Amino acid sequence: MQESALFEYVLRLSDDSLILAQRLGEWCGHGPILEEDIALTNISLDLIGQAISLYDLAAALEGKGRDHDQLAYLRYENEYKNVLLVEQPNGDFAMTLLRQFFFDAFRLPLYEALMQSPVEQLAAIAAKSVKETRYHLKHSSEWVIRMGDGTEESHQRAQAAIDHLWRYTNELFYEDAHDHALQAAGKVPAMAEIQAKWMATVTSILSEATLEIPKNNWKFDGGREGRHSEHMGYLLSDLQYMQRAYPNMEW
Amino acid sequence: MTQAEQERRFQEKIDREIKIEPNDWMPDEYRQTLVRQISQHAHSEIVGMLPEGNWITRAPNLRRKAVLLAKVQDEAGHGLYLYSAVETLGTSREQTIDDLHTGKAKYSSIFNYPALTWADIGTIGWLVDGAAIMNQVALCRTSYGPYARAMVKICKEESFHQRQGYESLIKLCSGTPQQKAMAQDAMNRFWWPALMMFGPSDAESTHSDQSIKWKIKRFTNDELRQSFVDATVAQAEILGLTIPDPNLKWNEARGHYDFSEINWDEFWQVVKGNGPCNKERLAARIKAKEDGAWVRDAATAFAKKRAMKKSA
Repeated sequence: MQESALFEYVLRLSDDSLILAQRLGEWCGHGPILEEDIALTNISLDLIGQAISLYDLAAALEGKGRDHDQLAYLRYENEYKNVLLVEQPNGDFAMTLLRQFFFDAFRLPLYEALMQSPVEQLAAIAAKSVKETRYHLKHSSEWVIRMGDGTEESHQRAQAAIDHLWRYTNELFYEDAHDHALQAAGKVPAMAEIQAKWMATVTSILSEATLEIPKNNWKFDGGREGRHSEHMGYLLSDLQYMQRAYPNMEW
Repeated sequence: MTQAEQERRFQEKIDREIKIEPNDWMPDEYRQTLVRQISQHAHSEIVGMLPEGNWITRAPNLRRKAVLLAKVQDEAGHGLYLYSAVETLGTSREQTIDDLHTGKAKYSSIFNYPALTWADIGTIGWLVDGAAIMNQVALCRTSYGPYARAMVKICKEESFHQRQGYESLIKLCSGTPQQKAMAQDAMNRFWWPALMMFGPSDAESTHSDQSIKWKIKRFTNDELRQSFVDATVAQAEILGLTIPDPNLKWNEARGHYDFSEINWDEFWQVVKGNGPCNKERLAARIKAKEDGAWVRDAATAFAKKRAMKKSA
């Protein structure tokens, strides 16, 4: 049970990284300034690196001889376990940066906690990724503050992005039997603990940015169980294009 | 000091291989030539991100995706150093970019050709970056200091780009028949545009003589093009790809490969904006600038607010 629970757990982490990297890659060449083109592709690159390590671990845990590319490229949509937040379209720069901020504020405390995990490979990946994630959170937080406390237009765009994305944030802390088994064994942190840290970061940054947390608390989920939004199919069509059109070839 | 005296001293420095630095006296035409050439180079880096950027989401495996991301990111970095080098000559990045958008400034025509298949990405790395390196290695010794120093760093990264392109083609050429055919098709489409990257022939080139005297350029367009052909033929043979030129053959007497005349009509048409993707490339850059205006305004407004808070 615990092997398969751990596989599921690591797969979720991998898919979050891959799908967000895929979205960020779409910005390449289209950023508002050159420095942000570099920053967004750099974050995408970090996330791909994390995804490779995480998929390698997932593949080893699964023990069916699949490699990181087979996991990344050759599953059906309902087998991807990323949260809905990361597959949401880029929208404008505010939408992309708020999506990033909500994700980074979740990933940082999660990696910090996973560094203590007795699952050595997972702790090692977390230790490496935590440095990158700290930088990502710094970058996205700074932009949230700049946009919130910049011009009237940037404030409105940032607030609109928050209002739109808020419904996807609760799913970051999704838990099911897999998580509970791993938590009971002391291998992964309780999500309530991560959520409290996330909320503290979000509250503090949004307040500095003069932005508001929406009152509407209606929440979506489904990604962790493989039920995605309509956007996911298109994203996978791009991602899987070469592997599906030219099966069983090496690149 | 008279103008003639300044010009004499300037040329003397150049002849003695002393680098010209931003605060040194320089002829207006030297400055203008550099602004034109460096900004053209900067724009090529930035526009060049588009055809390759298109393939980031479709790269066939995670390693290739990571390598492509790293490569395109390097190109944005090259654009940054080069825009900074232009700024040392007194033209702002904003102005330089506006000149691109109005069509006043050019960029390498190669990026007006579409990247249609995955093999194009490897081919761009091999041939396009390979051709660029021929130019750029020579520019590491260019007479203007900031440009020469930017080039040293750029060349190191470009040579990684060329190697990854070639390595990716080795994979295709030792793969299935479909992969090999994909590589040959890319070769057929990119060979001539790659040769065109060296610019008009020496007889037609308007800027060459003076640029060589000022050591902005060290070699003529035709000399560099010849070096590129000479270096590339063997690489194509290793891949087992056919160069699409029936007249390509070794000339013992010259010690170089002979090759067919470039289709100069096509060359000038693409330069004038009639290539397959000119409109799309420029439209994408203009859209990025317009869509990003509010972001830049926000950053400026925020910086002002913070500065006021600090001084208050």
